[in-house]
This record gives sequence, C-alpha cells and structure tokens, in this order.
Amino acid sequence: MGRYVIRRLLQMIPVFFGATLLIFLMVNVMGDPIAGLCGDRACDPATAAQLRKEFGLDKPVWQQYLTYMGNVFTGDFGTAFNGQPVTELMSTAFPVTIRLTIVAIFFEIVIGITLGVLTGLKRGHPVDTSVLLLTLVVLSIPTFVTGLLVQLLLGVEWGWIKPAVSPEAPFNELIVPGLVLASVSLAYVTRLTRTSIAENKRADYVRTAVAKGLPRRRVITRHLLRNSLIPVVTFIGADVGALMGGAIVTERIFNIHGVGYQLYQGIVRQNTQTVVGFVTVLVLVFLIANLLVDLLYAVLDPRIRYA
Amino acid sequence: MRGATHAKWAALATAVALAATACGGGDDGGGGGGGAEGIVSSSWGDPQNPLEPANTNEVQGGKVLSMIFRGLKQYDPKTGAANNMLAEKIDTTDSTNFTITVKDGWTFSNGEQVTAKSFVDAWNYGANLKNNQRNAFFFGQIEGYDQVHPESGEPTAQTMSGLKVTGPQTFTVKLTQKFSTWPDTLGYAAFSPLPQAFFTDHAAWVSKPVGNGPYTIQSYAKGSQMELVKWADYPGPDKAQNGGVTLKVYTDNNTAYTDLTAGNLDLVDDVPASQLKNVKADLGDRYINQPAGIIQTLAFPFYDPAWNKPGQEKLRTGLSMAIDRKQITETIFQNTRTPATDWTSPVLGEAGGFSSTLCGDSCKYDAAEAKKLVAEGGGIPGGTMKISYNADTGSHKEWVDAVCNSINKALGNTKACVGNPIGTFADFRNQITQSKMPGPFRAGWQMDYPLIQNFLQPLYYTGASSNDGKWTNAQFDQLVNQANAETDQAKAVQTFQQAEEVLRDQMGAIPLWYQNGSAGYSERVSNVTLNPFSVPVYEQIKVS
Repeated sequence: MGRYVIRRLLQMIPVFFGATLLIFLMVNVMGDPIAGLCGDRACDPATAAQLRKEFGLDKPVWQQYLTYMGNVFTGDFGTAFNGQPVTELMSTAFPVTIRLTIVAIFFEIVIGITLGVLTGLKRGHPVDTSVLLLTLVVLSIPTFVTGLLVQLLLGVEWGWIKPAVSPEAPFNELIVPGLVLASVSLAYVTRLTRTSIAENKRADYVRTAVAKGLPRRRVITRHLLRNSLIPVVTFIGADVGALMGGAIVTERIFNIHGVGYQLYQGIVRQNTQTVVGFVTVLVLVFLIANLLVDLLYAVLDPRIRYA
Repeated sequence: MRGATHAKWAALATAVALAATACGGGDDGGGGGGGAEGIVSSSWGDPQNPLEPANTNEVQGGKVLSMIFRGLKQYDPKTGAANNMLAEKIDTTDSTNFTITVKDGWTFSNGEQVTAKSFVDAWNYGANLKNNQRNAFFFGQIEGYDQVHPESGEPTAQTMSGLKVTGPQTFTVKLTQKFSTWPDTLGYAAFSPLPQAFFTDHAAWVSKPVGNGPYTIQSYAKGSQMELVKWADYPGPDKAQNGGVTLKVYTDNNTAYTDLTAGNLDLVDDVPASQLKNVKADLGDRYINQPAGIIQTLAFPFYDPAWNKPGQEKLRTGLSMAIDRKQITETIFQNTRTPATDWTSPVLGEAGGFSSTLCGDSCKYDAAEAKKLVAEGGGIPGGTMKISYNADTGSHKEWVDAVCNSINKALGNTKACVGNPIGTFADFRNQITQSKMPGPFRAGWQMDYPLIQNFLQPLYYTGASSNDGKWTNAQFDQLVNQANAETDQAKAVQTFQQAEEVLRDQMGAIPLWYQNGSAGYSERVSNVTLNPFSVPVYEQIKVS
C-alpha cells in the first residue's frame, strides 16, 4: 500500500510539469498581453516595455517558465494585471468553488445513487422508465439553458431565490447553482448506478446473502451496493476536478466569483500568471482526486490489493 | 465496524446540508440590493488595472474615480462643457504658458489640504516612466515630459521642468507647443490631485483609495464589491444626493440585468445586447438610451502598399457608401447606435464641432454609386477584403458580418468582403500595433474629454498615439496645428472641421456609427442620468 502510494505520487511529477508547460505555452502563443492593457489605443512604447519588464514578459518563454516554476515552489504565483497577487485571487476564488463543488457532489451522491439503486432494483417498472426518461432529458439540455431557465423561473418569476449569488457565496445561496452544475453528472451517476446494480443483482454472492436469510436492507447496502459502487466512485472522483474547472458557465450565470470566473477573466485578459496559477492548482486537484479514488477501491472491494 | 462508520458519515453530511438550507430560509439579504437606507446598488465590472488616476483607462475604474475625485475642471453632465471645479482661474496669454490658481478650502477626505503641490506631485508621478502609468501620455504636452518619460532608456529627471509651484495655491505650466483648448482637457481623471498619503504609503492607498470627491470608499473587496458612502464634509457644490453607492462586480451583464428585473439591484449601466428587445417591456421609461462620446469606425492599413495607392480614396469612399448604416443600427443594435454623419460625436454639440452634414453623401447608402466608385478606385485589393475584429467581447461579429453583407450586396459580389475574427482583444491589439492587419479593421474611440481635438488629433495626426492605420496627410496635420494655436475657441473648432473635411475627402477611416450609453434602473431610485462618457452621474441619484 505505502509503496503504491509513493509510486503514484512520483508519477504525478512528470504529469504536473507537462501540464503546466503546455498551459504556459498555450497562453504565450496567444501573443503579447500588454497590447490589450491600454484599451482601444496603443500603449506608448516606453510604458509597454516597462510593463513587459515588470511582468517578466521580455524574456524568452523557456526562461519565463523556469522562473515561474521556481517561484511556484516558494509559494509565489506572480501578480495579476490589476496588481493583486495571484495567491490572493486563489484564496478568494477556491473556497467559493470548493463550496459549490461540495454542493454539487452532495447532490450527485444523494440523488444520483438513490435514484440509481431505486431504478436498478425495479427494472422495467414505471419508476425506472420515468427516471430513465428524465435523465435523458437532463443529459440532452446544455447546462447554460438549464441554468438560465432555473434562474429566470426561481429568481425572477417566483422570487424563491436571488438570481445572483452574493460575493461571500454562503452554502444556502449555492444550492440551486450547485444543482444546476451537478445536473448532467447526476444523470450519469443515476444511469451508472442503475446498470451496475441491475448487473450485480443476479450475482452469486447476492443470492447467497439472500439465502442466508439476511434482511433485505442489509443485502442491498452491504453486499449489492458496495460492489456496485466501483464504477460510480471512479466517475465521481474524476468529476471533482471536472466540476471545479468546468464551472465557468454556471459561475457566470449565477454571478459566482469562483475559479471559473477568475479563469475566464485571466484568459480574456491574457494574463499568463492567473491562468497558469489556477490551472496548476486544478491539475493537482485532479491528480489527488484520482489517487484517492484508486485507494478507495480497496475499501469497497477487499479483493483489490495494492502491491 | 465499517458499516457504522459509513452511516455516521452519511448522517453528518445530511445534517450539514439541512443546516445550510435552514439558515437560508430566514435570510433576506444583507448582500442583496435593498440594503441600507439611501444606498444605491449598481452593477460594476472588475477594473483591469490598479486604481490610480493616471493608471485607469477603462470605464469600470473610471466610475470609481468619478466618485472619489474632483479635478481642476469638471465636465457638465448634460452639455459636456468644461467648467471650473477646483480651479479658481486658469490664465494664459500665449496658449503655451498657463498660470493655474487652485481654490482655497478644499480638502481630501483624510483632512489634508488640496494645494498646488497636490496637483504638481500627482502629475509628475503620472508622467514618470518608473511608475508604469497607462495614461502617462496625457502629460506629453508639458515641457520636460521627454526627460521623465523617454522613448527608451531610463528617465533623466524626476520632475517635469514645465511644472512649477509658485505659491501655496498657484502653479504654472509650460507646454511644448501652443494648445489653446488645453485647460479643457483638465477634467480628465488623470489630472486629479493626490494626497501625500498616496506617496508615503502607496500600497495602503491602492487597496483603499482616498480622494477629494463627494464619496469616500468604505470598503473594497477586490474583484467583488466596493462600498462608497457620502462624504458629509465634502466642500464642493455637487454633494451626493444619496447615502452612498455599492458597486457590485457581475460575472456577466446578463446576470446584472436579471438581478435588476428581480428587484435586487438598482442600476445597470450596460444593458446587454440580448436584452434590448425586452428592455422597453421590462423597464418602460426607466431605460436610458442616449448618445455617448463613442464612435465606431473602420480603419485601413495604410502601411500595406496594396491599401495605399493613389486614387484609392475613391475605393474607400465607395466602400463607405456600400454600408447601409441605418439598417444595421436598427436591426442589429436596436437603435442603440446612431448612423455617423461625421468623425466626432453628437455629445460635442454643433458649437463644439459636431456636424450632421459633414460626411454628407459619402456616408449615405447608395449601392450604384458605391459600385462605380469602387471600380474607379481600382477595385478591392486582392479581390476580397477581410474586416478584422476581436471576437471575445461585444457583438462585433454580428455587425461585421452585416457590414460585409451590405458591401457584398451593393457590389454584387459575394466574395468582396468577409469577417476575420481574432480570438482575444489582446491579440487583436497586438496585431494592430505590429502593423499586421490584412485589411480594414474595426476601430473604436471613446473620448477622453469632450473636445473635437480629441476625436481628430490622437487618431489621424501623423504618428499620433492611436493612429492605428498609420494614415498621414500633410494638409490635415497643418490644419490641426493651426487649430491648436488658435486662441479663439470658435475659430479653433472651425479649423478642426476644415481638417475633418480633408479626412473626409481622403476617407482616412470610414465612420460607422455613434454609440449610445444605455442604462436601466429600479423603481427605488430616480433622477438617473448618464454623462457624455456614458457613466452614471451617481451623486445626483435620489433614493425614495
């Protein structure tokens, strides 16, 4: 187990460097960001040169990358164009997005797995058919449509929620945006669970458990569900990273000042420091979430051993 | 036992979720729009640059400066006329040497006196290359600017020789050349005075700026919200009519508009294009749509030999006549743009140099004449022209496609014109400054101050800072010089118009339309107006 974790952690290093280098090159290919800083007029050349020097943009890209990575290891993620340190942007954006992700994952687990178990046990039943149909509808509507519709109905027409989330973004204001963000993944989780449950329902160990005279609840939670959750856990684990990085649409609609918003601003303003900084952290989140998923396998299915 | 642990976790998670929802029920929004007594909540965008007077060149940061600063001059919110604010008087006999007297009795909100030194120090700071100020070139006319802001290398002086403090409330300015309307430029935010606190603890000042305007900043959470409150001891005549203004950053102007219609926000000063169809039904007469000092043009790459041949003025005039401005402003912009009739803006007024006839037939849609002129001008270089624009903001794609459609239709050639989207604004600007445009490109100009000079000189004078197409014409330059030297304002305006006629005859850039400022507000507030810069006049807003 310990050796496995160490090996996995070592594997993360090249992935981490490769991903950040790629992002760094991609942002740099977009051209000189200073040109966009002066609005619809040209920066005067002396000031432009001075700004370039300040942000370290006058050096070759490889040198910029090395300096940048060197700084990152001392916790310095550089400065955004508005003079704010990127770490400060992160410290305000990440807590908000983490809260939003927690809400979304919570809905995925609670609603998704419940519906999945329900439909998996009752295949062909009207409940099963209607849930299948519902998830199909959710899957086929893009998030921004769901988001805008929910915002208009709940926020403007019925006045149940505020259409825009306040800057502090407390949990209660994030329930609806979280549900919108979770909607597509939720449908996937439902379908994955349903298939898995339906498959394992006829497995030998379930039959044995039933034959032993175990109560139905115990059969489902301890035997059936536990073994059926492996693909679901894999999906949810990968989804943690996807939700955090992919919240751009939801965050824009509901005025949430999180990671998606900062990334969008960084890309539009071509602010290398912001974009690379945020993506670096997201890459780490992805890698760690995947490692945790792999470790969870052993908990769910003791037959899986790590050497 | 493992099962028990699982159950515990699930119970805990449910409890947390329930707690979160429960506390949501009773909350009716400190963060919402209603809020405290007499406070106006207004939409805002995240300022791109640090908030300093000489460093702010976009409208979001400009809004804040307009609330917390007052300069020597202040532009009338209705007419745009430059009236004295902190200036007691500005004297000159030769349009080069100016003596400025600052009114007594003004203070910054931290109690510090506003003196002649407050201005001179601020201007010297703004001009100095070492301070990286985006608006440094505003001080370019002052003598000694070359030393503090050389084109290359290090500054050789710390202060401009043309600025001298001659008394506690007086200072003199020497310009490098005659510029009769220069005092009228002093209402621009870059010329604001700065307190000593700015220089002694710069970091603290930037995180919570201190000025001398009708409002003071109470709190500033970068990127999300700024709370400004009325400054009770403000000595100026334009005291705030409300208790304060809360500026809220929105991720998307659509969300701000939705929040306005839901009653959570008082003022939106940028109605999104997609909502223009509903805005009348949603807001009725609480929707403002009025001209601002912004003009959109099509510039040409005169640095490209293919676009700089003698006789091509006919081609450019022909293209101008092939654009159906009226139809595009009606269908695509829902009348939030007005077809251009000259190269300035209606906010200047006739006396200030705006003309509804100057461009004349050259700006009117006439397909037959357009086709003839384009042919006489040698046709479109290469057979197809690409109109470049940045695709990341605004609705540039829609109108560029419409312009191309109009040109193609008029010329009877489906390949005459295509749009050329460029991914980001930064890249678009980058290609412009490197003179790499493959054909005509969109150019927008928002005035810095309501003067006809500001619409012509920076854009079309040889080598000027925003002459992106590198158009050059000796006669135009000479007329501009002559107009700047003219001490009589009316004559100066007339001479500028003569220069504009040269621009028209050569069609140095195709004027498209004037942009309107658009805003909407809630039933809670009244007396909402936009100034000629399309910024709300916050201090006049009344809260019921």
